[in-house]
Amino acid sequence: MNALSILGRGVEQGAAWLLGLLWLLPLVFAVWTAFHSPAYMAHFSFTAPLTLENFKNAWQAAPFARYFLNTTLLVIGILIAQFTLCTLAAFAFARLPFVGSRLLFALVLIQLMVAPDILLLENYRAIKMLGLMDTLPGIALPYLASAFGIFLLRQTFLTIPKDLEEAARIEGCGPFGTLWRVYVPIARPIYVAYGLVSVSWHWNNFLWPLIITNSVETRPLTVGLAVFASSDQGIDWSVITAATLMTSAPLLIGFLLFQRQFVQSFVRAGIR
Amino acid sequence: MNTLRLSLYGWLMVLPAATLLALFTHIPVVESFVHSFMSTDKPKRPSRFVGLDNYDSLVADPIFWKALTNNLIYALGSVPLSIAIAMMMALFVNDKSAGRSFLRVAYFTPTILPMIAVANIWIFFFTPDYGLLEQILKPLGLGGNNFLGSNNTALLAVTIVAIWKESGFFMIFYLAALQQISPDLKEAAAIEGAGRFTFFRRVTFPLLMPTTLFVMVNALINAFRVVDHIFVMTGGGPNNATSVLLFRIYEVGFKYFDFGLASAMTVVLLCVLGFVALGQFFALDRKVHYQ
Repeated sequence: MNALSILGRGVEQGAAWLLGLLWLLPLVFAVWTAFHSPAYMAHFSFTAPLTLENFKNAWQAAPFARYFLNTTLLVIGILIAQFTLCTLAAFAFARLPFVGSRLLFALVLIQLMVAPDILLLENYRAIKMLGLMDTLPGIALPYLASAFGIFLLRQTFLTIPKDLEEAARIEGCGPFGTLWRVYVPIARPIYVAYGLVSVSWHWNNFLWPLIITNSVETRPLTVGLAVFASSDQGIDWSVITAATLMTSAPLLIGFLLFQRQFVQSFVRAGIR
Repeated sequence: MNTLRLSLYGWLMVLPAATLLALFTHIPVVESFVHSFMSTDKPKRPSRFVGLDNYDSLVADPIFWKALTNNLIYALGSVPLSIAIAMMMALFVNDKSAGRSFLRVAYFTPTILPMIAVANIWIFFFTPDYGLLEQILKPLGLGGNNFLGSNNTALLAVTIVAIWKESGFFMIFYLAALQQISPDLKEAAAIEGAGRFTFFRRVTFPLLMPTTLFVMVNALINAFRVVDHIFVMTGGGPNNATSVLLFRIYEVGFKYFDFGLASAMTVVLLCVLGFVALGQFFALDRKVHYQ
């Protein structure tokens, strides 16, 4: 290796770490602010005493326990419904030659371009008409039939050899039995990947729930956090930052613990 | 099993998903068009056909043009930069160098944070007087900025946040693509005496083209869809300097309750997305693909 390429590698390493630092800086800053008293907000010293006071204050200042419950129920409900609906549709598109399946599949793919978020006006009307305003099902409904999920699972099902299906049929399995005993178990890693993507997506969703909810009983964490942070009642930044970290904590901790699986899952969902 | 029964099973399995998709995607798209030609439903005056009235008001509305321009600047600013950064990140952490998994985590972390949380963190960065950026700039004699409160910098600030949040997500797609490039190519290039940069320019970069197209389409869609941070950071201000299409739709629809005008704007947004789809279609046609 010549000098030039060693230099090149050095520059690359330096740039990589600089970028990493830049990417972590806002988070480090947030963690610092959340765990110190407001006096140390922008005053960095190693001797600054750590405190959980900000988290305590945030937790007491708004009904975050309820928000956590709402978000958890929402995310789990969406996940179960998405798995069910997308599995059935994906299997039909992949393996059952039904009339109109190509046209229908093309129609499904439209949702990859036009997400329900874009159509908030009309979806608001629809939810209102169904009498589901300010309810968790109202937040969930537009997202349950996910084109991404259908597409991802269909691609996976297509790679599964048909021989396995034949074997299952000889054993006396109908289409549903084959799907449940053969296809779903083989596609497990894809379900994990899709599940992680879905959970983090809906944990973080904001605009649609903002429109649909207007009570503590249904508000998810993101909306609760925004309401909390914008109520200018002398809440200081340390407390807001603590609340911010608190609401992101479950995903963040889950990610840090299982980062390899997380990244791999996203990669898997990305190759399609 | 006969074909008819299979077909029946197929329809039954697709039906639940298809119904929901029709209810919340296809019908709303059509309805957006229909309602853009109707007046807003009011207690005394029910909605009626008004032709192009809503579009006339839209064209005459300077804030709409402002939001559209802002959105284009936001897209043109964030898309190429986050793609370039994402590609760089993927190349950095794909190599087997020390600390590579640490860096991967560092790059990816913003992706899993809620945009609302991200916005809260970054507001503090941009805050006048005691914000972190001010603290860096003040000693250099460049203090006294109000990044989010000034017409010149607010849009830039929101764009930077979008880049920070999304680059790590796009990196994942590049990582996936890089892992599929055969190591033989690297060996062959080494035998030919190609340097690392030449290898990137002549081999890696072209092989990543399909991924770049895919990422670009997604980034473009996101540039018109992801507006959460604007709610928290600027509320569209100052003087609509950070208002973008979807934000404006929300404002007109749910604050001023002018559904007709908001529907017309939704149609504009749908057309923009349609252009993106057409662009993707033609790009695919021009063989960015190697498969």
